[in-house]
Amino acid sequence: MPLTRQSTVLSELRVGSCATLSAIDLPEEVRGQLMHLGFVPETRVLALRRAPAGDPTVYCVDGAEIALRRETAQHISVHSVLAPGSQGER
Amino acid sequence: MNCCGPEGVGVLDRVERRAGGRISALALVGPPNSGKSTLFNRLTGLRQKVANYPGVTVEQRSGKMRGIGRNDLTLIDLPGIHSLTSYSEDAKVAIDVLHGRMQGAQTPDAVLLVLDALQLNRQLMLAGPVLALGLPTLVLLNMSDLMQSRGGEIDPLALARELGAPVALISASKGTGLEAVASFAARLTGGAGEQAQAAQLPVLQNPASCRQWAAQVSSRTKYKAPHSRGWTPKLDNLLLHKIWGPLIFLVVVAGVFQVVFSAGLPLSDWMTAVLTRWGAAAAQSVPYPWLQLLLRDGIWNGVQAVLVFLPQILLLFLLIGVLEDSGYLARAALIADRVMRSIGLNGKAFIPLLSAYACAVPAIMATRTIENKRDRMATILVAPFMTCSARLPIYTLMIAAFIPNRRILGNFFGLRAAVMLSLYLLGFLAALATARLLKSSILKANSAPFILELPQYRWPTLRSMGLRLLDRGSVFVKQTGTVILAVTFILWVLSILPFHHGAASSLTESVIGRLGHSIEPLIRPLGFNWKIGIGLLSSIIAREVIVGTLGTLYGADPATQSLTLQSALRHDMTLGGAVALVVFFAFAMQCTSTLAVVRRETNSWRWPLAQFLYMSVLAYGAALAANQILSHIH
Repeated sequence: MPLTRQSTVLSELRVGSCATLSAIDLPEEVRGQLMHLGFVPETRVLALRRAPAGDPTVYCVDGAEIALRRETAQHISVHSVLAPGSQGER
Repeated sequence: MNCCGPEGVGVLDRVERRAGGRISALALVGPPNSGKSTLFNRLTGLRQKVANYPGVTVEQRSGKMRGIGRNDLTLIDLPGIHSLTSYSEDAKVAIDVLHGRMQGAQTPDAVLLVLDALQLNRQLMLAGPVLALGLPTLVLLNMSDLMQSRGGEIDPLALARELGAPVALISASKGTGLEAVASFAARLTGGAGEQAQAAQLPVLQNPASCRQWAAQVSSRTKYKAPHSRGWTPKLDNLLLHKIWGPLIFLVVVAGVFQVVFSAGLPLSDWMTAVLTRWGAAAAQSVPYPWLQLLLRDGIWNGVQAVLVFLPQILLLFLLIGVLEDSGYLARAALIADRVMRSIGLNGKAFIPLLSAYACAVPAIMATRTIENKRDRMATILVAPFMTCSARLPIYTLMIAAFIPNRRILGNFFGLRAAVMLSLYLLGFLAALATARLLKSSILKANSAPFILELPQYRWPTLRSMGLRLLDRGSVFVKQTGTVILAVTFILWVLSILPFHHGAASSLTESVIGRLGHSIEPLIRPLGFNWKIGIGLLSSIIAREVIVGTLGTLYGADPATQSLTLQSALRHDMTLGGAVALVVFFAFAMQCTSTLAVVRRETNSWRWPLAQFLYMSVLAYGAALAANQILSHIH
């Protein structure tokens, strides 16, 4: 079955779905900090759950759970791997 | 960015010293929340505060390694770091100590690198730069018992080969595997062996290549991360649920106050009874009447009035400790992020604010984990509004004296607990409003990113709870035995001076009485009499001093001598004045330790002074309003 790669940003990832991280477009300091927490290109990230207020979102990366606000996550680009016909996209 | 950091200038020196067998200090290094402090406590027998959220240790601390019988070696516990590049004040402390650049701190000769075995893939990223420091290093894989029981695996020998350093599996909380540390220390000081020559570690230029290297190492050492995350996901489904999450959060907070009040008050009463009996017995055994008077009125009344709150304070610390150690606090920060955002701070500031419920001093130090300088400053400035345990004695005293013991909301919640909770809320709201004010004026800044790691839930251990209570209890008793004893004794002396024809003055004629009466006009509109005024003055040192002062003054007054402190207060104050007094304490900054720590953390007298003035004016205004409104209603 052919797979399509779809580029999006982390904040758009639906809860329960996975994506592969491609780039972080944030100030050097924040970027470094995120990378040390495991947000490194080519790593798989799972959107685990949203906080009760809908934001921040908890992401699972490398076995750790890390919460980020939408305003931060929208600067992290990912490509999600979707089987055609699935409706994970927004 | 250089992931490995610059070589410390002192490293060569240290290598030479080591060759001479003169090893004196080891440093505990590792990522946040990897269990360094628990291990530190094991190895030294000291009581370092431990909790289950990243960033508990914000300063270096040291102790002799008594736990493994090595009194000659110093162990330095450092704040957690992810790399040798600093993002926050606490990480900077760790890195400076490691490089020997920290004034007044011993420079470590060897390193114990603590990594969480549950998340080794990520934690190994720190191993590269730390080993590159060139110091003898023992790698400790902590929580290995949990890793194994949850289906994880690793080949420690292969890891030791990869890293060129010895590796041991340990569990700091159970105390297993520590003999590896002892033999590592023995080998270092024995001068015998040299460290397996350092493996050729690649020079890693950035986090991405560090990560890649870590992944290669972990796959070559057959690392298998535990497949189960225990009960964390299930518990989070509930505790972070859209509706249940915030609801449980509120119930937890309300429950803490209900327990502190409903279980704490009978304990305090019991303690009052015991201490009164002891005091009477001690006074009886003294032959001279004047000495009896001095012991009872000069010392015991004041000290006893404060000491009876020990059970309640311990209970509060126990409950906050359970929340911290279990990992719930990080979830609370996540839930609170929304509220914190509306005042311009982020959820990370919530953790120091919550711990300020115990005491503002460690809370202000905990703000070092906040990366943004202005956010950190705002958090420091509002932390003293959070209701700390030193306010508990005066709150409890006034509530027990003035609020009837009635049930509301069926049988669950008492009226007294509700009043207590609203005082806590009052302080919290004052903190929020002040933060909002600061963040929209002098401390305006772009909001810093909120990055919070959620640790897995853990059972708090009896050992860590016990150590924590022992620690806090002894601080409280020590404070009562020194500061409060001294203040109440001086007040008592001033309350009988000057002597007229060999007889002591009456209370109103005494030095303290005259001083009290002279400030009375200023506090009369608040509904306070002169004794309360003296209490306010003396409590500038620390909030709980007021209870000791009132105990002494009412004990020395013939009119109220035979009454308990509660009935004496009821006899002497209106409801308006009583409410005004607790409102005053909710807002006022009466704590020299807090002022001192703010001065240290902000490096200037300007901030603590401004904070003191702002809080005093607010306290006076709010107390005035409370008394005026209530006395018009009545």
